[in-house]
Amino acid sequence: MEAVAVNRQCFDRPKFRLAGDRGLLVEFGDAISPEINQTVRAMSFALETAAVPGVREVIPTYRSVVVVYDPLTTRPSLLSTRILSLYEGLARSEPPAPEENVIPVCYGGEYGPDIAFVAEYNHIGVDDVIRLHSEPSYPIYMLGFSPGFPFLGGLSEKLHTPRLTSPRTRVPAGSVGIANNQTGIYPIASPGGWQLIGRSPVRLFDPDRPNPFLLRAGDTLRFEPITPDEYRRRAVGGEHD
Amino acid sequence: MTDIFKVLSPGAYTTVQDLGRFGWQPFGVPPSGMLDDFAGRVANMLVGNPDTAALLELTFSGPTLKILAPATIALTGADMPFSINGVPALSWCAVPVQSGDTVTLGMARSGCRGYLAVSQGIDVPLVMGSRSCYVGAAIGGFKGRPLQAGDRLRCDPGAADYLVRRVPAELVPAYSSEITLRAIPGPQDDFFDHGLDVFFNASFAVSPQADRMGCRLQGPVISQLETMPQSIISEPSLPGGVQIPQDGQPIILLNEQTVGGYTKIATVISIDISRVAQALPGDRIRFERIDIDAAHALYRHQASLFERIRNEMEIPAAEKQRFIREGRDPVAVDWDSPDVADKLIHCLYQI
Repeated sequence: MEAVAVNRQCFDRPKFRLAGDRGLLVEFGDAISPEINQTVRAMSFALETAAVPGVREVIPTYRSVVVVYDPLTTRPSLLSTRILSLYEGLARSEPPAPEENVIPVCYGGEYGPDIAFVAEYNHIGVDDVIRLHSEPSYPIYMLGFSPGFPFLGGLSEKLHTPRLTSPRTRVPAGSVGIANNQTGIYPIASPGGWQLIGRSPVRLFDPDRPNPFLLRAGDTLRFEPITPDEYRRRAVGGEHD
Repeated sequence: MTDIFKVLSPGAYTTVQDLGRFGWQPFGVPPSGMLDDFAGRVANMLVGNPDTAALLELTFSGPTLKILAPATIALTGADMPFSINGVPALSWCAVPVQSGDTVTLGMARSGCRGYLAVSQGIDVPLVMGSRSCYVGAAIGGFKGRPLQAGDRLRCDPGAADYLVRRVPAELVPAYSSEITLRAIPGPQDDFFDHGLDVFFNASFAVSPQADRMGCRLQGPVISQLETMPQSIISEPSLPGGVQIPQDGQPIILLNEQTVGGYTKIATVISIDISRVAQALPGDRIRFERIDIDAAHALYRHQASLFERIRNEMEIPAAEKQRFIREGRDPVAVDWDSPDVADKLIHCLYQI
């Protein structure tokens, strides 16, 4: 447990923006940083714990939370007062420590057809790509784009690689890719232009599970290299189609 | 459960929807649900369903269905030719159907989306608390996709109440090709100066790129302040947000949009999303500035309207019996005769 320091990268006080007649956007800073995102996470927990009347949904983002409310119960002026007082209390709050998720990845081969390109582009070896990619603990800033898709921070600069010039029409679920300074995993099969370096047998999203999502915004993620045999074993084991 | 109908032809884009899938946006799942929730809710009321029942959302042109079990159906929303066994049927009205009937829906004459409710609601599995189809992730609805010929949809066989409910003609919304949308500036209105004047004064054409994710408009270019960044750090979008991409042409974001990095100059108020849902390519849209208090007053008004409709749908038991005894076929009823008008259960509402 670590008390959340209201970081100096954050605004002096949260900035409120109206998002229509049911949404209030609360911004804590205007940069992508682990510190600002930890404030976002602390505020999400504080709002959930406080069970503020009329709040229907709290959506954490990189540097803000979107509060979806019931206009029959509350209004932005009431909400902002309540949120400011929760914000004052954040320095003393103790949200649960972020959880680290370990995601197994089979790098290269048929599962990561672009790994050689990523290595070549950055003048390093394929082994270096795997090492550099599986070393860090990545902050999960936000989920979105597709169900359970994690927006991760902290990709090594030695791995930054532009998108494919022409996107693939179908990228299989579980594919791990790089696009410029971002890395991520495709939770569902979709078209996509990211450089694919590997694939995970783990399903980030399964609507039939009681908890359909493996990841949560504000937690962290580490990739763990596995062999093709292990990939096949775990994929056949029902983790993936 | 019993099969309620078989799809003979699916129409342009027909999906199963309910009010939406809520609580999952923190995980990147947009709400989905009926785009015109006014027409959709009324359709459910007409056949005696709860608000939460699943129905069909039809786009541009409707399906042809073979009925497999007796039921009551109702069509609301876009004005689509609607017939049963070739005999024209009334929309905004509860209509009983029998096994073997063929229900045919044609091309929308005005409006874009029709809603076809079936008594007891369409039975597809609940996925994360909703029956709404989200095609982007292939979840919900019928197998996570729009209907195809040959699909058989199921329904609870619990008897329909066969009540003749009708929305009076003068109260059926007229879908004009000149549409006004009320919008609250923001969340990023401070990225614009002159652009806000253009936005609230010009008229925009609905482009052909309009779907359940968003409705792209064409008109004068809306420029941002040069001192502000061209984009923002990606954030989730809510239905109604009006995004201004770099070409300056607005996009009204709808129920299947998740995150975006473009600035949003304004947000269309909740009750006017129904108007966006009914906009056809080529229609003209104007935005009218409204403040949050006025928007909330309209929201409350709409909520009380639904309450009123629901109350006025409560039918005395004796009246109910009389209808069932008379076994009237609404397809053949002369709606204008005083005798019939007397017995109709109107759902009254104002637009």
